[in-house]
Amino acid sequence: MDLYEYQGRELFARHGLPVLDGDVATTPDEAAAIAERLGVRAVVKAQVKVGGRGKAGGVKLAENAEELRGHAERILGMDIKGHTVHKVMVTTTASIEEEYYFSYLLDRANRTFLCIASTAGGMEIEQVAEESPEKVAKIPVDAGKGVDEATAREIVAKAGFPAEVADQVTEIAVKLWQAFVAEDATLVEVNPLAKVAGGKVLLLDAKVTLDENAGFRHPEHEEYEDKSAVDPLEQAAKAKNLNYVKLDGQVGIIGNGAGLVMSTLDVVAYAGEEFGGVRPANFLDIGGGASAQVMANGLEIVLSDPGVKSVFVNVFGGITACDAVANGIVQALELLGQRGEQVTKPLVVRLDGNNAEEGRRILDSANNPLIERVDTMDGAAKRAAELAATAGK
Amino acid sequence: MAIWLTKDSKVIVQGMTGSEGSKHTRRMLAAGTDIVGGTNPKKAGTQVDFDGTKVPVFATVAEAMAETGADVSVVFVPPAGTKAAAIEAIDAGIGLLVVITEGVPVHDTAAVWAHACATGNRTRIIGPNCPGIISPGKSNAGIIPADITGPGRIGLVSKSGTLTYQMMYELRDFGFSTGVGIGGDPVIGTTHIDALAAFEEDPETEAIVMIGEIGGDAEERAAEFIKANVTKPVVGYIAGFTAPPGKTMGHAGAIISGSSGTADAKKAALEAAGVRVGKTPSETARLMREVMSKR
Repeated sequence: MDLYEYQGRELFARHGLPVLDGDVATTPDEAAAIAERLGVRAVVKAQVKVGGRGKAGGVKLAENAEELRGHAERILGMDIKGHTVHKVMVTTTASIEEEYYFSYLLDRANRTFLCIASTAGGMEIEQVAEESPEKVAKIPVDAGKGVDEATAREIVAKAGFPAEVADQVTEIAVKLWQAFVAEDATLVEVNPLAKVAGGKVLLLDAKVTLDENAGFRHPEHEEYEDKSAVDPLEQAAKAKNLNYVKLDGQVGIIGNGAGLVMSTLDVVAYAGEEFGGVRPANFLDIGGGASAQVMANGLEIVLSDPGVKSVFVNVFGGITACDAVANGIVQALELLGQRGEQVTKPLVVRLDGNNAEEGRRILDSANNPLIERVDTMDGAAKRAAELAATAGK
Repeated sequence: MAIWLTKDSKVIVQGMTGSEGSKHTRRMLAAGTDIVGGTNPKKAGTQVDFDGTKVPVFATVAEAMAETGADVSVVFVPPAGTKAAAIEAIDAGIGLLVVITEGVPVHDTAAVWAHACATGNRTRIIGPNCPGIISPGKSNAGIIPADITGPGRIGLVSKSGTLTYQMMYELRDFGFSTGVGIGGDPVIGTTHIDALAAFEEDPETEAIVMIGEIGGDAEERAAEFIKANVTKPVVGYIAGFTAPPGKTMGHAGAIISGSSGTADAKKAALEAAGVRVGKTPSETARLMREVMSKR
C-alpha cells in the first residue's frame, strides 16, 4: 500500500524524524486555516500518488493565507496524469542549501534490504544512477542486524555526506530504519533530504509503501486506505474478501489461484485479438475453496461491471473438486436470482482436473442457457471473447 | 532420484493439529508421504489418528527430529507464527523446510532468511506462500494434489500453485521427476535458479518446465543462469502480460513496479537464453511434448 506524501510525513514525524510543520486539507478554507496557523510563508502541494506534480502546477508557494487559498482552489480538483487531486498538504517552507537522497527498500533479488543514499538529491534517483553512478551508494542492510549507529556511519561515509551534516544524517538513518521496521514498510524514500538555511537537515518529501501482509499487526494502518481513489467495484470486492482488480475490457474473469487467473487474462487477450481487440475486464481469484457463496459473490461483482459482456469461469480442480465448483456455479446463479439480480450475460465455463467429468455433467444437467461449457482453456477463452464481441449485435 | 524430496524423506508437520494442517497431513499420507510426526507444544505426547495411521505430536521440532529422524518439515502455522516456526526448524537443523502459509509479512521472511544465512545455511527453505514440493510416486510435502500425474522425467519449477497443477495435468502422460512450487512472495527461500541447478544435476530429470510471473527479476536472473549452466532443454511460461503496472495481482510479489518486472522483459530474457516460451499454458505443454518426443 502506497501512502500519500502527507501520510508519510506524519509517519516520519511520529518516529521522531525532522519534517516541516504542516497539515493536510481537503478544502481551500482548511488550507488557508493551516497557513494562518503556521503564520509564515507556506507551500501548498497536491496530494497524488504520481510524480511530476511541480510541472503540472500542483506545487505553489504563498506569502500569506489568502494567496494560499487561491492556490488551493486551483489545485484541488486538478487532474495530474489521470489522478484527481482531492487533498493538499500545506507546510512551512525551508530555504534549501543542499539536496540529498535517502531510502530503504526491499531487495528482492538478494532477499534482504537495501539502503540507497546519494548527495545528488532532488531529481530522479534512477537518472542520477544512470548519469553519475559514482554518486549513488547502495548498501545492503542485513535484516537480522538492521541499522545501528555504526552501520549508519558507514552509510554516511559511503555516500559521501559532507562532514557538517554527518551526525544529523547518521541519526536520521537510524531513526528512519526504526520506522521502516516498526511500520513494516517495504519502501521509505526521502527525496530530497535537505540541508536548509541554518544547517539543519530535514526530510522534505516522503514516499512510503507498507506491506499489506503485515496488516494483522498494524490495525492503525487501515486509516491509510484510500477509499476515494479505489474503484467502487474493487471496494465492494474487498468488503467481500475477494481478490479483485478492475481492468477495462469486456470479458469478466473468475478463476482459482493467482497464477492461473493472470494466465487466463493473457489467454483472453490473445483470443480477443481475433475479435477486434476484446480484452479481460478484471482479475478475480476466488482461491482454493470456490464454494457457492464465494462464487455467487464473485459473479455478483463481475456482472455488476457495466463493461462486462461475457464471463469466463476458469477453474482447475486441484484440491477443490470440480463437481463442487459446478454446484457452486449453478447455486450462485440461483442465489443471484433470489437476490433479485437478473443475470443475462453468458458464462463460459472451463473445468479441468479433480472430478472434472462429474462437474461437467452437473453443468450440463442444470440446463441453463446462459452456461456454456468448453473443455480447454484456450477454446473457452476464444468462445468468451467471441460472445463478448457479438453481444448486443 | 528426484530433487530434495525422495521416498526416504521423513516428514513432520508444524501446525498439524490445525484445520489446514490436519486436512493436508491426511492428503500427504494418502499420497504415500512418510509422515513421522507433528508439532504442537500444547498437545505434545498425544497422537493424531489419520484414517488408522497414528501420528505422534511433539512439543518441538528438535524433539521430533531426535525421536523420529525427520529431515523435512512442512509449515502450516498462521502468518503471525510463521517466523517463529521457521526459525525453530532452522535452529533444530532440519534439512528441508516447506512453508505453505500465505500472507507472511515480508520483514518476517527476510528475518528468517537472514537467520538461515547467519547460522550456516543448513536448511533449504521453500516458500512461503507456496504449494510445496512433490516427487510423484515417492513423497509429497505440501498441498500439490498427488493424483494429477505420476513419476516421469520432467522437472517443474513454478511461482504459481494452480499453474503447477495445470501444467502437470497437461503433461500427465509424461509424468514428473519433481515439481517445486517456489511461491509468489517477493522474498522466497528457494528460487528458480536453485531448482534449475538441482534439476540439471538430477539424472532422472531430462527436461525442465519453468513457470514465472510478473514482478521482480527472478526470471531474468534464471535466464542468465540457464544460458551459462543448464544443458537440459528448458521450456518456459510467464503469466501476467495483460497485468497493469502498480497493481498487485493476487500474489504479494506479482506487481509491475514502474517499468520493471514485466512479462515481456522476462519472456525476452528467457528467449535470449535459448528457452522456448509458450504463449499459453497449453502451448507451453505442446513445446515440452516436442522436446520429449525427440528423446
